Amino acid sequence: MMHFPIKRRVAVVGAGMTLYRRRLQETTKEMVFHAVKMALDSAGLTIKDVDAVVGGSAPDLFDGIHMKGENVITEAGGALKPYLRNFTGGTTGVSQQINAWSIVASGLADVCISVSWEKMSPCHPHPQYAFWTIFDRIIERPLGVNLVWIFALEMNRYMHKHNIKKEDIALVAVKNKANALDHPCAQLPAKITVEDVLNSPVMCWPVQRLDISPPSDGASAVIFASEDVAKKITDTPVWVIGVGRCEDTTYWMNRDLYFPYYAYYAGQQAYSMAHIHNPRKEIDVFEIYDPFDYKELHHMEGLRLCGKGEAPKLTREGVTQRDGDMPVNPSGGLMGVGNPIAAGGGMKVCEIFWQLRKEAGKRQVKKDATVGLAHAWGELMQGSSVLIMKV
Amino acid sequence: MSVKISKYPGVGLKEEDIKGKKVLTTVWPCNLKYSWSAGVAVGRFLTELKNGKIIGRVCKKCGRILIPPRMYCEWCWKPTDEWVYVKDTGTINTYAITHLATDGVTRLKEPMPIAVIQLDVPAKLPRFFAGFLHYLGEVKPEDVKFGMKVKAVWKPPEERIGSITDIKYFKPV
Amino acid sequence: MSLDKISNPEAIKHWTDVIPPEYVYTVGVAGERFFREIKENGRIMGTKCSKCGYIYLPPRIYCEKCFDYIDEWVDVGLKGRVYAYTVTYLDVDGSPLDKPIIFAVIKFDGVYGGLIHRLGEVEPEKVCIGMVVEAVFKDKAERKGSINDIKYFKPSD
Ligand SMILES: [Zn+2]
Ligand SMILES: [Zn+2]
Repeated sequence: MMHFPIKRRVAVVGAGMTLYRRRLQETTKEMVFHAVKMALDSAGLTIKDVDAVVGGSAPDLFDGIHMKGENVITEAGGALKPYLRNFTGGTTGVSQQINAWSIVASGLADVCISVSWEKMSPCHPHPQYAFWTIFDRIIERPLGVNLVWIFALEMNRYMHKHNIKKEDIALVAVKNKANALDHPCAQLPAKITVEDVLNSPVMCWPVQRLDISPPSDGASAVIFASEDVAKKITDTPVWVIGVGRCEDTTYWMNRDLYFPYYAYYAGQQAYSMAHIHNPRKEIDVFEIYDPFDYKELHHMEGLRLCGKGEAPKLTREGVTQRDGDMPVNPSGGLMGVGNPIAAGGGMKVCEIFWQLRKEAGKRQVKKDATVGLAHAWGELMQGSSVLIMKV
Repeated sequence: MSVKISKYPGVGLKEEDIKGKKVLTTVWPCNLKYSWSAGVAVGRFLTELKNGKIIGRVCKKCGRILIPPRMYCEWCWKPTDEWVYVKDTGTINTYAITHLATDGVTRLKEPMPIAVIQLDVPAKLPRFFAGFLHYLGEVKPEDVKFGMKVKAVWKPPEERIGSITDIKYFKPV
Repeated sequence: MSLDKISNPEAIKHWTDVIPPEYVYTVGVAGERFFREIKENGRIMGTKCSKCGYIYLPPRIYCEKCFDYIDEWVDVGLKGRVYAYTVTYLDVDGSPLDKPIIFAVIKFDGVYGGLIHRLGEVEPEKVCIGMVVEAVFKDKAERKGSINDIKYFKPSD
């Protein structure tokens, strides 16, 4: 475990996001401006107060804009400032917060914007096609592999290992899509039943249509500030108290997929930094990466919120509902709010910020939440990033 | 979203808005072509597939056989030591039945079983093994089982080109 | 690293494939108005920040200086000046062109930004920086709402 002295305390002081939709008319640049502007306004800051900017977005092949990190620098508020782009697949939306946090914690900047975006709609016939290019070009792509394949393979392995039923997994889709009904930016909020999930078209067994989050266009932004600045501009700074990041091997076909060790190690790093021993008891609200319903369960186990194979039981008992003892994805998650890859993770950080500030309105969890965790996962099902925040 | 915010930016569009040219668009047929070197390890792997054989690399330090082969061992962080042929049999570590084609939208006429094949090679830790992704054949989707023994079915020698698809599929034995 | 010596060139395998998707980009909120003005009215429009006074071309929905939304549209006219230019003799694949093409950055007086476009009705040796040029549009029926609805800029007074 890493133990390193952190130079300065860092707080999140503002957040913003666009509508998440299958297709937005806005260009990538316009989406990014909307999110950054909302975040700045909510923090009471102007662009002149910003010292550095971190952009986060997944493959260029989604937007179809090569070097898309540079494409949005002006709209991100990063022109003539230190700017860097994070691209760590699906983990980007949380990984990039670790970049922004470290830029402020190290003293390099007092205020750093971190903006995430994805515009998947330009990619035809389907954004799915862009995913094809992330596989090994020589021993996997010639098989005509499709992104859903690997999730179906992982989901089936997980179900087999712990004897989990599809009915139990479907409960996650039901919960998250219902939670999204209270999110004004959500793309696919819905009141559905377990039967709806089980009767939806099969994509790649055991994955069915309603087990999957949609492709989306959208942007989100959060603003990090040093302790001095944060205390000046707000009475309720949300402090970053732990960060963690881990990647497993790209040889996913050489690994037993039933347990996400990368999530486990990323969680352990963040818990250690935050001096958290029992995450289930010491953290009040969770935003866990859920591009597929089973991934919420898989990651709850990886993050040590329960034993291996126990997450379905907690879900069945309502523990992960907004009024439950361990609320997971009160935003509606990627299943309900949408999944503009990097901005999906960014949205989760925004949600924890709003939850801890008690600004989530109808989505506010019943518990008096003071500590929250945002998690994202990605690449070839091999990486995780974790951010723990506290008011 | 915060209760302090009441305006949510963005203009959502429907597919018809784009197809029906309700909004202006520009089109880019990406059309990029690549030629990738297969590298030393996978290059040999492909050559051997053409010969109807599966080859791996041995790391003498940890004792693993690595498949897909690599010229280095990522555990021991050292070069691997020698080539070894392995049997073309294994067990199903996990499987799925795809109903979708590669493009993610076209539905297949016949759902197709796919699997991660754990080759019959001793594993040092149960959660890391030698193997790869492939199709299953000569089996109905509903009859596929975890742990099922399978064997490679090869294309005839004259049809092999040095590709992962020189193996047609794996079938139950 | 004890790499095996490859003596048989056949063993150096290559694998060829394509990146298959096609892209359909929306032109965006500001772009929609910008290109429709070109297509339907043969006008080049920018957006203006009433606070800072900046006029942006191509138009943006926000001001880069004060980072606020803007929605005042102004006609910047059809005449600009050559700010910089280059003469290209090769196409995108590197093959020789039949006739060289002149590309220029064209700035409009009082406007922040500008357009990159071709110059026409002029020989490369006659082009100079600061030269006044004017947009030449395609016939209205041929316009599609694209930057190529402007055929080129030609010398003007
Ligand atoms: Zn080794
Ligand atoms: Zn201004």
